[in-house]
Amino acid sequence: MLKKLLPFVEHVLKKPVWDCRMCGQCVLHSTGMTCPMTCPKTLRNGPCGGVRENGNCEVIPDMQCVWLKAYDRKVYLPLPTVWKDHFNELRPPVDMRLQGSSSWINLVTKRDQQTPAGWSTTDESH
Amino acid sequence: MSQMREKLENTNEVVFTSEFPALDGGGMAKVEKNAARLAPWFVGVNATDNPAAHAHASNTASAIAMKMHGIEPIMQIVCRDKNRLAIQADMMGAALHGIDNISLLTGDDVTAGDEPESRRVFDIDSTQAINIARIITTGKYLSGRKIDPAPDFYISAVENPAAPPFDYRIERALKKYRAGAKYLQLQICYHSDRLEKFCAGVAKIAPDLKLIPTIVLVKSAKPMSFMHDKVPGIDIPQDILNRVSSAADQAEEAYKLTVELAKHAMTLPSVRGLHVTDFRHDDSLERFMYDLGQKPRN
Repeated sequence: MLKKLLPFVEHVLKKPVWDCRMCGQCVLHSTGMTCPMTCPKTLRNGPCGGVRENGNCEVIPDMQCVWLKAYDRKVYLPLPTVWKDHFNELRPPVDMRLQGSSSWINLVTKRDQQTPAGWSTTDESH
Repeated sequence: MSQMREKLENTNEVVFTSEFPALDGGGMAKVEKNAARLAPWFVGVNATDNPAAHAHASNTASAIAMKMHGIEPIMQIVCRDKNRLAIQADMMGAALHGIDNISLLTGDDVTAGDEPESRRVFDIDSTQAINIARIITTGKYLSGRKIDPAPDFYISAVENPAAPPFDYRIERALKKYRAGAKYLQLQICYHSDRLEKFCAGVAKIAPDLKLIPTIVLVKSAKPMSFMHDKVPGIDIPQDILNRVSSAADQAEEAYKLTVELAKHAMTLPSVRGLHVTDFRHDDSLERFMYDLGQKPRN
């Protein structure tokens, strides 16, 4: 029951505020409270090289680059230091199986922290 | 043994790289002709992966063809057209043919190309792809499945020093370095101040990361205006555009400007070479290389 209800509640709350795409592995806290899945290239580790001179997106020219927004918010919003510190961490590839599920459940069960067996980063602090 | 690795890691030589023209036909004769033009000057040459979102002969096939003709390929893999399985297959395909230089890029969007109706993939991003290439050099796929012996990739990436958000570009370079990139080829940059700031920033936080800025040979103001107007991420200051467009001899003025930009870039911290491209049919490559004090390699 909860598994069916929570994704609905989460979507209703997060869609209007963050344009949530229900990837099921929310990283908002570490990306300046800006959803990287709203980047047309769904980049989770920073902007591409196509950001326009006015700061807008390569793909959608009248939209500000998602990562420009994320970086500005990371700098200016009064977010917890630990969240800001996570901004430059290497976020792993998205687990496509979690699409549409509740990231709240996946957070509690730590399912959202599962990565492929071969995944490792050189930066052990993250 | 990758000459790119040898030169960048074990010598202080200035390393010049270039881009192999995309292949659409003409078979090996065309490869041979282009290889003959580039071989005297460049340590490594990029084998592109559907550049500007236009389909061409594949990155792997082109890299193999280049290698057969005495060119050391730097095989690019972009994240736009392939999921993580296909990207790892590209890497292993390269390794199978002794191609060690792998460069990982996000890739222009499909809307930049001539088939904008295509599905864009972006299953992983460039930094994740760099990390996966590094993981493969430790002897396993992303899944953990063993690879024995492990390929010995010399991994690189790209970055745009002149696109917003400027400060974050430096941190992103560090992130790519930590993921496994040993050097970055940089996007075309006509803002010398931005390039200076980027190189100084990288030298400070990632001193072992080597930078290779890009210089593009043009014959007039027209291709410069094209880049400025049509290529997202490239901006050319108006005074520089005016300098070339108002010159009596545009080709000569564009050439002088290019040499100035190149010489300036080579003085910057962490810069270990230049990536030299041209806008097709440009015949100034030899003159340019001699003017930078280079001699043809044997």
